[in-house]
Amino acid sequence: MPAAEILSAPLVLEYPFSRTVGPVQSAFLTGLREGVVLGVRAVDGRVVCPPMEYDPTTSDELTELVELGEMGTVATWSWEPEPRPNQPLDRPFAWALIRLDGADTGLLHAVDAGSPERMASGMRVRIHWKDERVGSITDIACFEPAEAA
Amino acid sequence: MRDVAVVAFAQSHHVRREQRRNEVEMLMPVLHQVKTDAGLDQSQIDFTCSGSTDYLAGAAFSFVMTLDGVGASPPISESHVEMDGAWALYEAWVKIQTGAADTALVYSYGKASPGSLRDVLSRQLDPYYVAPLWPDSVALAALQARACIEAGVTSVAEMAEIAARSRRSAADNPFAQLQGSDDPDVLLKEPEVASPLRRHDCPPVGDGAAAMILAAGDRARELVDRPAWIRGIDHRIEAHGLGVRDLTSSPSTRLAGERAGVGDAPVDVAELHAPFSHQEVLLRDALGLGDGVAVNPSGGPLAANPIMAAGLIRIGEAAARIRRGDARRALAHATSGPCLQQNLVCVLEGEA
Amino acid sequence: MSELLVLPPALRDVEPVRSIRTPARLEYTFRAGEATSRFLRGIASKRILGERCPVCGKVMLPPRGSCPTDGVPTGEQVELADRGIVTTFCVVNVKFSGSAMELPYVCASVLPDGADMGLFGLVQEIPFDQIRMGMRVEAVWVDDDELQPNLASIKWWRPTGEPDAPYESYREHV
Repeated sequence: MPAAEILSAPLVLEYPFSRTVGPVQSAFLTGLREGVVLGVRAVDGRVVCPPMEYDPTTSDELTELVELGEMGTVATWSWEPEPRPNQPLDRPFAWALIRLDGADTGLLHAVDAGSPERMASGMRVRIHWKDERVGSITDIACFEPAEAA
Repeated sequence: MRDVAVVAFAQSHHVRREQRRNEVEMLMPVLHQVKTDAGLDQSQIDFTCSGSTDYLAGAAFSFVMTLDGVGASPPISESHVEMDGAWALYEAWVKIQTGAADTALVYSYGKASPGSLRDVLSRQLDPYYVAPLWPDSVALAALQARACIEAGVTSVAEMAEIAARSRRSAADNPFAQLQGSDDPDVLLKEPEVASPLRRHDCPPVGDGAAAMILAAGDRARELVDRPAWIRGIDHRIEAHGLGVRDLTSSPSTRLAGERAGVGDAPVDVAELHAPFSHQEVLLRDALGLGDGVAVNPSGGPLAANPIMAAGLIRIGEAAARIRRGDARRALAHATSGPCLQQNLVCVLEGEA
Repeated sequence: MSELLVLPPALRDVEPVRSIRTPARLEYTFRAGEATSRFLRGIASKRILGERCPVCGKVMLPPRGSCPTDGVPTGEQVELADRGIVTTFCVVNVKFSGSAMELPYVCASVLPDGADMGLFGLVQEIPFDQIRMGMRVEAVWVDDDELQPNLASIKWWRPTGEPDAPYESYREHV
């Protein structure tokens, strides 16, 4: 049968999904809603952000919250030339792993740099908060390049 | 430990879009071929295990329909992993180790063409902190590539050489989707598609299927002349959080390789499931492969990357070379998750 | 909240986040494959096409290109009658979202003459408490200008008035 005779139809898979969060995640997301960024201290002393409930190496329950700054350093980045639906920005932007001041691990988010020429590992960036926040990673609208301190 | 061997392997011709056939119609010729090659019908297969993901089809339990191509009546002992078929092979290998089976059919397939693969793969990410941002698989691989380049692990020039070598090797592979390549310096003139990755650094998207038959000990020797023995197999996973991992190395691959016995003797051939060019360097380093090892003579995932089947195909290609006498000791690797999060290593040898 | 977790002052008196909404939407273009396309195009011309298995000889309906028992391709097309037997049915008394049906109504598995598998459909034009297994029915198609390559082209099945089929004649298909 020629390919043209094969029937096709659009199919949409859509789920509402609502997820309960653990105590550490709750603290982090509540913090974002209130404009505060938290990390958690791992067993080896590293401060992990975004924070997790259990230590990634030892699996111990983690409980020591650490308040972090709103600025950070780009550890590595890539460029998104054609943003896809649901991504943080609808104009080209950079994805980056960002080590917030006080944290030892990277948080993945978007950097509204305008062009890839403005991006560099090691550059300083600052959180750009959404005006209305609900307690989600998207309360951070994106990061923006910040001038060196 | 029981000796387990690969006694048959088959794959489809991998294409960008399988326009005419559905998943079952695509799988059936591959399933029939391995059973014919092994001389077994379904009633002689003790265990069947498949690997695939329903998210490619957009329908829950869509994998069940592929059993229509297996012939599952009278009822069969069967299992499924929502993963690459390499992990279905691992489950079948474990089943044989327990003595509950002497023969197994393993198959996997991926028909990515109906949906948007980059969006689909974003659903496997951390649902709380990462998935709501919908980062696509190419962007995440690009993050890792830049980290590797800036750490001196690799360079865009080396990545272009890997891409060119892979697709030129694929000229001998009738099943590959992409065959042949321009010279690396021509490739490097192309624009970046997701800085620092260029198009040639990325795997093709396509549809394809693969199947394999495993057999234990003397059963394997009864079925075929030259079984490819699995001497070691292991898989390890790294932390879920991308920012917690060191993206410039692959400790899970190194550990899986040690446990699979990669270092016990020199390896002739390595089929590495490195969908992005920079990842081949990471895997070579983690497995301690020297220059004498032929990497991805099949062309590897840069020539054909049917999601959920590409890892099983690495094992199949390595086994095929052992069985043809083109290699004495081969290594096959499969990966799952963003930026080489989870890795399986398998070591194969011909009859002593 | 764990007692060990010490919140910073800014978060101590506010309502904590207990859950997040993470909707997911993925879009696909579903392609039906050869067997299903052939079947549905047949429906659009008021033909019910099954496929015969070369090994067991059974006629699959709706056909999907393979025999689930033998795992072989089923290319041979078999044109079936648009009349057959109710092999089993149920009386639906519960409304579910998206359904415009008046309650109660009857869903049935109908085995067209010549087929070894049935089609699901509605049974109408008979009081629901008179429907029984073995009842012979015929398809009621939509008007010709409303025919589409999908099973909604068969509006429902209605009794033909013929004598019921004996149980032995369809017991293997129940």
